[in-house]
Amino acid sequence: MATYQEFIQQNEDRDGVRFSWNLWPSSRLEATRLVVPVSCLFTPLKERPDLPPVQYEPVLCSRANCKAVLNPLCQVDFRAKIWVCNFCFQRNPFPPSYAGISDVNQPAELMPQFSTIEYIVQRGPPTPLVFLYVVDTCLEEEDLQALRESLQMSLSLLPPNALVGLITFGRMVQVHELSCEGIAKSYVFRGTKELTAKQIQEMLGLMKPAASSGQQGRPVAPQEAAATCKFLQPVHRVDMNLTDLLGELQRDPWPVPQGKRPLRSTGVALSVAVGLLEGAYPNTGARVMLFTGGPPTQGPGMVVGDELKTPIRSWHDITKDNARHLKKATKYYEALSNRSAVNGHCIDIYACALDQSGLLEMKCLSNLTGGHIVMGDSFTTSLFKQTFQRVFSKDYNGEFRMAFGATLEVKTSRELKVCGTIGPCVSLNAKGPCISENEMGVGGTSQWKICGLDSSTTLAMYFEVVNQHNAPIPQGGRGAVQFVTQYQHSSTQKRVRVSTIARNWADAQTQIQHIETSFDQEASAVLMARLGVFRAESEEGPDVLRWLDRQLIRLCQKFGQFNKDDPTSFKLSESLSLYPQFMFHLRRSPFLQVFNNSPDESSYYRHHFVREDLTQSLIMVQPILYSYSFYGPPEPVLLDSSSILPDKILLMDTFFQLVIFHGETIAQWRKAGYQEMPEYENFKQLLQAPLDDAQEILQTRFPMPRYIDTEHGGSQARFLLSKVNPSQTHNNLYAWGQESGAPILTDDVSLQVFMDHLKKLAVSSST
Amino acid sequence: MSQPGYVATPPYSQAQPGMGGYPAGFGSGPAQPMYSHYGGPPQAFSVPPPAGAMKPPVSSPAPGMMPAPPASSHYSPNPQQNGAHTQRYPAPPAGPPAAYGQPPHSQYNNMASQAPPPAQQLTNQMGAMNMGSYAPRPMQSPPPPVGSVAPPPLQIPPGPAMGQPPMAPGPQSPQMSPQMAPPQMSPTGMVGMAGPPMAGMSRPFPGPPPPGAGGFQQPGPGPGGFQQPPGPGPGGFQQPPGPGPGGFQQPPGPGGFQQPGPGPGGFQQPPGPGPATPPGYPQQPGQFGGQMAGPQPGFPGGFPGAGAQMAGPPQKKLDPDSIPSTTQVIEDDQAKRGGQLYTTNLRGQVPPLVTTDYTVQDQGNASPRFMRCTTYSFPCTADLAKQCQVPLATIIKPFANVPKNETPLYVVNHGETGPIRCNRCKAYMCPYMQFIDGGRRYQCGFCNCVNEVPPSYLQHLDHMGRRVDLYERPELSLGSYEFTATMDYCKNKKPPNPPAYVFMIDVSYSNIKSGLVRLVCEELKEMLDNLPREEGAESSVVKVGFVTYNKILHFYNVKSTLAQPQMLVVSDTADMFVPLLDGFLVNYQDSKAVISNLLDQIPDMFAETNESETVFAPVIQAGVEALKAAECSGKLFIFHSSIPTAEAPGKLKNRDDKKLVNTDKEKTLFQPLKGVYEQLSKDCVAQGCCVDLFIFPSQYTDLATMGDVCSHTGGSVYQYSNFQMETDGEHFLRDLQKDVEKNIGFDAIMRVRTSTGFRATDFFGAIHMNNTTDVEMAAVDCDAAVTVEFKHDDTLSEEAGAIIQCALLYTSVGGHRRLRIHNLSLNCSSQLMELYKSCETDSLINFFAKSAYRAILNQPIKNVREVLVNQTAHMLACYRKNCASPSAASQLILPDAMKVFPVYMNSLMKTCPLVGSTELCTDERALQRLSVLGMGVEETQLLLYPRLVPLHTMEVESEAVPAPLRCSEERLAADGMFLLENGQSMFLWLGQGCSPDLVQDIFNLPSLAHMQENMTALPELDNPQSMKLRSIISSLLQKRPNSMKLRIVRQKDKAEMLFRQHLVEDKGLHGGASYMDFLCYVHREIRQLLT
Repeated sequence: MATYQEFIQQNEDRDGVRFSWNLWPSSRLEATRLVVPVSCLFTPLKERPDLPPVQYEPVLCSRANCKAVLNPLCQVDFRAKIWVCNFCFQRNPFPPSYAGISDVNQPAELMPQFSTIEYIVQRGPPTPLVFLYVVDTCLEEEDLQALRESLQMSLSLLPPNALVGLITFGRMVQVHELSCEGIAKSYVFRGTKELTAKQIQEMLGLMKPAASSGQQGRPVAPQEAAATCKFLQPVHRVDMNLTDLLGELQRDPWPVPQGKRPLRSTGVALSVAVGLLEGAYPNTGARVMLFTGGPPTQGPGMVVGDELKTPIRSWHDITKDNARHLKKATKYYEALSNRSAVNGHCIDIYACALDQSGLLEMKCLSNLTGGHIVMGDSFTTSLFKQTFQRVFSKDYNGEFRMAFGATLEVKTSRELKVCGTIGPCVSLNAKGPCISENEMGVGGTSQWKICGLDSSTTLAMYFEVVNQHNAPIPQGGRGAVQFVTQYQHSSTQKRVRVSTIARNWADAQTQIQHIETSFDQEASAVLMARLGVFRAESEEGPDVLRWLDRQLIRLCQKFGQFNKDDPTSFKLSESLSLYPQFMFHLRRSPFLQVFNNSPDESSYYRHHFVREDLTQSLIMVQPILYSYSFYGPPEPVLLDSSSILPDKILLMDTFFQLVIFHGETIAQWRKAGYQEMPEYENFKQLLQAPLDDAQEILQTRFPMPRYIDTEHGGSQARFLLSKVNPSQTHNNLYAWGQESGAPILTDDVSLQVFMDHLKKLAVSSST
Repeated sequence: MSQPGYVATPPYSQAQPGMGGYPAGFGSGPAQPMYSHYGGPPQAFSVPPPAGAMKPPVSSPAPGMMPAPPASSHYSPNPQQNGAHTQRYPAPPAGPPAAYGQPPHSQYNNMASQAPPPAQQLTNQMGAMNMGSYAPRPMQSPPPPVGSVAPPPLQIPPGPAMGQPPMAPGPQSPQMSPQMAPPQMSPTGMVGMAGPPMAGMSRPFPGPPPPGAGGFQQPGPGPGGFQQPPGPGPGGFQQPPGPGPGGFQQPPGPGGFQQPGPGPGGFQQPPGPGPATPPGYPQQPGQFGGQMAGPQPGFPGGFPGAGAQMAGPPQKKLDPDSIPSTTQVIEDDQAKRGGQLYTTNLRGQVPPLVTTDYTVQDQGNASPRFMRCTTYSFPCTADLAKQCQVPLATIIKPFANVPKNETPLYVVNHGETGPIRCNRCKAYMCPYMQFIDGGRRYQCGFCNCVNEVPPSYLQHLDHMGRRVDLYERPELSLGSYEFTATMDYCKNKKPPNPPAYVFMIDVSYSNIKSGLVRLVCEELKEMLDNLPREEGAESSVVKVGFVTYNKILHFYNVKSTLAQPQMLVVSDTADMFVPLLDGFLVNYQDSKAVISNLLDQIPDMFAETNESETVFAPVIQAGVEALKAAECSGKLFIFHSSIPTAEAPGKLKNRDDKKLVNTDKEKTLFQPLKGVYEQLSKDCVAQGCCVDLFIFPSQYTDLATMGDVCSHTGGSVYQYSNFQMETDGEHFLRDLQKDVEKNIGFDAIMRVRTSTGFRATDFFGAIHMNNTTDVEMAAVDCDAAVTVEFKHDDTLSEEAGAIIQCALLYTSVGGHRRLRIHNLSLNCSSQLMELYKSCETDSLINFFAKSAYRAILNQPIKNVREVLVNQTAHMLACYRKNCASPSAASQLILPDAMKVFPVYMNSLMKTCPLVGSTELCTDERALQRLSVLGMGVEETQLLLYPRLVPLHTMEVESEAVPAPLRCSEERLAADGMFLLENGQSMFLWLGQGCSPDLVQDIFNLPSLAHMQENMTALPELDNPQSMKLRSIISSLLQKRPNSMKLRIVRQKDKAEMLFRQHLVEDKGLHGGASYMDFLCYVHREIRQLLT
C-alpha cells in the first residue's frame, strides 16, 4: 500500500467508497474533535466492468437483527463449515450448497478482491420496466413540436418489452388508453381536484368490481392489473399507435386570456400518474417522466396563480414569507413523492421554460425518488434533447444505465453507528442496533429506498463512533461497514450488491499524525458540503455559512501548525492543504448562495449536488479551468481572475455550464477572421482545441451542461467572472496593477482575504 | 259530409255510426254486443228491449225521415241505469224520465239557424238522476230492469235506434215520450232537413240546426210529427215559441239545457208532456237545438234507440245525444269559420276554435296561434272576477309555427338605439302607443306615461292623429313582430354564439341490447342534415357534440381536422366537467366525415358492455358545462335507459310506493327530489341549456325527478317503455326527428306586461322563474306554451279595455339575439254576460289542466279534484244566476261558449295524474303531468277530447277525413274500424265484425283473426283504402307536435283497455264518471249553489 492517495483511489475503484478518514478514531470524543465526521461517499452501483455478477443468493447471517452477508472479512472454519459474522459474531453454518467449501475452494464472496460482489437472485416473476410520460401541453407550438419529436424518438430507445404510458395535461389531465384500435381514448381528470389513489384507480377502472365494495382499496395484484391495464402497454405493441398519438398531440385548447398564464394542472397529473402506477404496478421499477413548460397554476400543487401580474415567488418573497402557495404545494408534492417512493417508482422532471417552473416545490419528487431533474430554456434546445436521449444511454454491456427500486441497507460493526445519509433516497424506517440517535441527513434508520439510481448516484453516509473516551476501541482492530443494495436491474433482474469495507482504528492521541494523513480532503469537502446543503434546505443561508466557517476554523485549529496569535505562522499539512480552498468556493457556490439564482435554480443545483459522485461534486464546488494558448499545451489554471488573459482561451467546466472564453486579443483575431486564412492554421487549431475538449465533456455529462461560447466583454462572460476567485477587483486593481488579468467588479472577498481571515481566526487564542 | 256519403252509400251507412246515427240505428244490433262486452254485464243491453217497444214509434218516424233516431243509443245507458238502479236516479224512475228532455229552450230558434245556440239546456232530470246515482256507475248496471225490455231492442234492429231504447223503460217513457219524443224526432227531422241526414246533424245549428237543436224535444216535427212545437219553423222543433225573436232564447238560456223541470221532480217536461212540452219545448229545442241537435245527429248513428225512446214513448233518461257534444261544437265552428280569414283588427274578438282551419291576418293583435285567452272580455272589477270564478288567463305560444299562407313575423331593426320602449313600464313600441303632440310624444298604452319620441323616430301625424308611416312600421300596425336586439340585451354584452345540440347516448347494457344505440347512431347521420336554420340561411350554424355514457361519461373530439374521432373519458362523476373545448362542439357540415366515423363506431365500441348502471345528473351537468365552456346556449338530447343508480350526484332510488296512492302523501310521487336536480335546473336555465329526455325504461325510473330538469328548461320528456326496435323504432325516430328539426329559440326571457288595472300573477309551463315577473326559458320551441294567469289590481275601464304585451327575448338558431313581441287587446265589461259570451272553453281547460297538475304537487289529489268540480259548478252557477233568463232550477243551463266545458273537465279529472288508482304507472302519471304543463291549447284540447274517426265509412275518393265521433263506446260499431288519436297516442280499433274486404284492403290479411298482436304499422298496399288510411295517419303524424305510436287493437283484445281509456265520455277505466254522470253531478252542485 503505497500512499494514501493510491489506497483511496483503489478503494474507490473497487467499492465505490470514499471515506473522509481512512483511519478511524477510537472514541466518540476523538471523533468529534476531528471536526469532519467519520463518513463516506458511497456509489452503490458504481460501474464495475470487471465484476461479473454471481448467479446465486447471498449467504446471510442467521441472527435475526443482523442478516449481514457473508464477506471476505468473516472468519471461516472450513472444516466445521462454519463462518462467523464479523458484525455480530454469530456463528453460522454454511448452507448445504457450500458443502464443497475449503481453503482452496472458496466462493467468490470470501475472496478479498470481492469485497464488493453482486448477486443475481431469482425472486418472483420478472417485472417489466414501466415508463410513464407525463406531458404538459401548455407549450408554445414550437416547443411542443420539439417535445413530440423527442418523445417519439425515445420510443425507439426504450427496452422493447418495457411498458409505456402517456398522460398529458394542461387545464385537464388526460390518461391515454393505448391498447385501443380505432378511436383514441383517454380518461380525463379535472385539473383542480385532489383525488385519492383509490378514487383515481376507480375512475381509471383499475379496481376489480368486487374490490370496490369489498376490501378497502388495496389494488389488485400486479399481474392481474397488467392484463387489464389499458394505459401501460409494451412498447413494441403500441409503438405505432403511440407514435401517432404523440404526433397528434395538440396544444391545450383552452383559451388563455390576455394577462393570464395557461392553466397547468401539474399537481393532479402527477397524482394521477402516481396513483395509476400505484394501482397497476406497485413495487415494480417504474419511471414517471414529467415534461413541463411552466409552473403549475391550478389545483393542488399550484405554485403560482394564473394572473401574470403576480410573479412567481422569488427568494425575496420566500424570505419575507410572502410565497402564498409555497408551503402547501411543497407539502403536496412531498406527500406524492413519499407515496411514489414507497412503491419504488421514480419521478423525473424535465422542466424547460424561460421562467421558473416550480422546481422548488416539486424538487422532492425527484430528490426523494432518485429521479432526474433537467432544467432548460426550451424543449427545442439540444440541452434538453440530448440530455433526454442520454437518460436511455446504455453501458458497456448494452444495458440501460438505470436501476430501480433499490433498498440500501447499512450494517456496521459494533463500534460504529450510522447517523444518516444524504442523497436521493427516503428512509425505510428500519430499526436496528446500528442506528445512532444523532441524526445527520436522513437518519433514524439503517435502510433507505432509492427508487431510481444509476452508476453515478452517490450517497453521503455519516457515522458515529460509539465507544466512549474512557473505553476506546483497542488498537489493531478494524471497524467494518457493509452496504447491501438490492435493486431491480434494467434487465428486470433482481440483484443484490454487497460491499464490505473495513478500516483500522487509531488512537487519536497517539496517532493523530496518521489520522491526519489518512484524511481525504476531497471526500471530506464534498461530505461537509452535502451537510451544508442539507442544512441550507431548512436553515437560513447565513447560518449555514457560519456553521461551515466554524467547522473550517476548528479543523484548522486542530490540524494547523501555528504559533498562537501569529497568523503568518499558520501552516496546513499537505493532506489538508486544499480543503480551505474548497470551502472558499463552496461558500460562493450556488448551492449555498441564493443571490442571483432563482429558487428553482437553487433547487436544481442542489438536486444534482446531492447525488453526483465525488469528481463531479468537486467540479461543482470548484469549477475546473483550462487555459489554451500558443505557448504550450492546454493546462489547468487557477480558478482566478488572474487567469483571464487576452491571449488565452479558457475553458471552464462548472458541471452545469461549459464556458469557452476567448481572451481579448484572441477575440479580436477571431473577429478579423484570421482562422480562415491558411497561414494562420495554427490559430484555427487553437480555436478548435477547446471546442473539441468541450465536446468530450458534453458527450459524457448528464445532464448535458449549458454550452456557452463567449469572449472578453461578452455578456455571457458573466458565467466565468462569477466563478473565478476575484483576486483583482475594482478595489484592488491598482495594487495588483502590474499583473495582467481581468478585474472583477465585485465586493466579494477573494481567496486571499478569506485565507487571511481564516489564519487569523485559527491562530486566535480567543476562540 | 257524412251524410252525403251516407246517403250515397247505403251499405256504409249502416256501418257508420258516425253518420246520421242512422247507421247506428241499424247497427244497433252490433253496437249492443259491444256494450255487453264492455260493460261486462251484458244485461245492460238487454235493457233496450223496452226501447224496442218505444222504438216502434220512433223507428217509424225515423225511417221516414232518416234513421235519425239512433241518437237514443246514448241514452240507453242512462235509461238502463235508471231502470236498474232506481235508487240512483231516483227521479227518473219517477216518472217523467223523459223529462230529460232535452228540452232546450227554444230561444234558439232563430238563432239556431244562424249560429250555434248560445246555450244548451240539460234537463235537470239529469240532475236528479245523477244526484242519486252519481257516484255509482250509472250506465251499465241499470240493465236489469230494462233487461226484460232489452232483448227486444236488439232485435228491433229495424229500428236500431230502438235498441237503445232500453231507456224507454215503460214507466218513464210515457211521460217523456211526449216531450222527448218530439224533440228527438226532430233530430230526425233535422236530419231530414239537412237533406242528408248527416249534414243536419253534424252541422251545428246552421241550416238544419234548428231542427237538430230541437233534438230532443221537438224532434217531432220531422218525423213523427212530434214536434209539437211544430211551430218552430226552423227546426221545426224548436220552440219557436218562446224565443220569438232570437229564435232561441239564447239570450237567456245561453245555458244549454234547461230542462224544463216541469212536473216531475227533476225532470221537466216530463210532467206535462203533452201540453207543457210544447211551450217548454219550444225554447228548449232552440237552445238545445243548437247544441244538442248537433250531438244527436251525430249519435243517432250510434244510438238509434235513443231517438226512438225519446221520441216515442216514454223516456226518462237523458239522451246522450242530447248533451252538448264536443265534436258537434267543433264541426259547427269549422263550418262557420273554417277556411276563413280571421283578421285581428278588433279588440276582444273571439277567435275560431283551435280545431278550426282558418287563416289569420295580423291587423294589430297577435294571432290566436300565439296567444289565446280564457275570455276575451275581462270583468271590470276584481269583485266580478271573483264572483264568476272564471280564470283570466292567456296561453302564450310565442314560437308557434305560422302556416305558409300567413305572413311570417317582420323583423324590425332600430339600429344601435335598440327598440323604443316606454320609459316607465318599459313596454315596447306597439300599436297601443298613442302619438300626440304632433307626433313628438306618445302615451304608453300600458302605463299611460307620456314619452318623448326619439328624433330618429319622429314622424308626422295625419288628420286622424295617426302616424303617417303607420303601415310601414310593423311595430305600429301589427300584433306580432320582432326587434333585432342590441348588445344591451345580450349576456355579457357580447353577441351570442350559435347554439349547440349535444347528443348524449346512454350506452349501458339495456340500450345496447335493445339496439337503440345503433338505431340512434345510424339515424343521427341523416337527421343532422336537417338541423334548424335561420330563415333564409343556406345551412345551419347549430353546432353538434356527442357524449356517450353509462356510469362514466365519454366525450368525443370530432374536430374536422382529425382523421379519427377521439374519446375522452371522464369518470369523475362527482364533480362533472368538460374535458375538451375545441372539437367537442363542431359544425356538422365541416366535421361530417369524422362524425359519421364516430357514429359508426359507437355501437361497436360498446357492443360487449356489461355495464348496467347509469348516471344521470352528471350527464346533464356535463352538457351544461360544455355549453358554458363554449359560451353558447343549446339543447341536450339525452337517450337514457334506466333509473340512475350508480354512485354519483343525483343517484335515485325506487320510491314508487303504490300504498301512497289516494293518501295525503300521494303528492310525493309527483314531487321531484330536491337538491342536485334543482340546482341543475338553475344551471341549465342560466346557461340557456334545454334538456330533452328520451327515456327507454323497463321499469320505474322516477320520472318525476328525472323529468324535472326538462320541465324547467323548456324541454320535453319522451318515454318509450320496454322499447323494442320493431314496434317503437319508427315512433321514436319520428319524435327525434321532429325534435331535432323543429324551430326553436334559446336562452329566452319572457316578460308579460299589461295595462294598468291587472297584472300577470302566475305562470305555468316548462319554465323557470327567478322572480315573479321574468319567465326564463332555456329554450322555447314551436310547441312550448306558457299559461299566464291575471289578477286585478284595480278597476278596468270598458273604454280602455285590457291590453297585454308579451315580450320574448331570445337567441335564434342562427345565433342572433331577437325580441319577439306579441300584443293582444281585450275588452272589459262590467256585464258578466259579456265575459261568458267570449269565453273559450279550450283555453279554459288548458288553464285548469295546468293549474290542477301543478296543484297536485302540493295537495292531495282529492282536494284538487274537488276544487275543479267546485269551480266548474261555480262558474256555471254564476252564469245561471246572473246571465241566464229565469228558468226552473231543474234546468241545467250552460253558457254557449262553455257548453262543452264539462266534458273536458270530466276528462281532465279522469287523466291519470288526477285519478288515484294503484293500477296506474307512477311514471306514466308523472310524465303526463310534466308534459301537460308545457302544452298549448291545441294539445290539451286534443288530449282531453281525442278524435275518434270512423274509417269504415270513409270515402276513398275524397280528400276529407271523416268527421270525428264522440268519444264514447256507444259510437263504436262492431263492424267498424276507428282511428283514435289524442296527440300522444294513436289507436286503430277494429270491430269484430269488420268487413273482410276492408281487412284485406288494409292489412292484406284474410281476416282479423290472422292479425298478430301488437301490430304497430300498416302494410303499404296499393289500393285506395289502404292509401287513404295511411295518408290520414301520416298527415296526423305530421300535424301533431309529437309522433304517436300507432297501436292496432281488435275489439276484445287485451290491448283494447288502453284504447278504451281514451273514450272520455264513458266511465273511466280507473275510476271517474261518465260525461253524463258528471253533468248530472255538476248540475246538482249548481243547484245547491243557487239555492
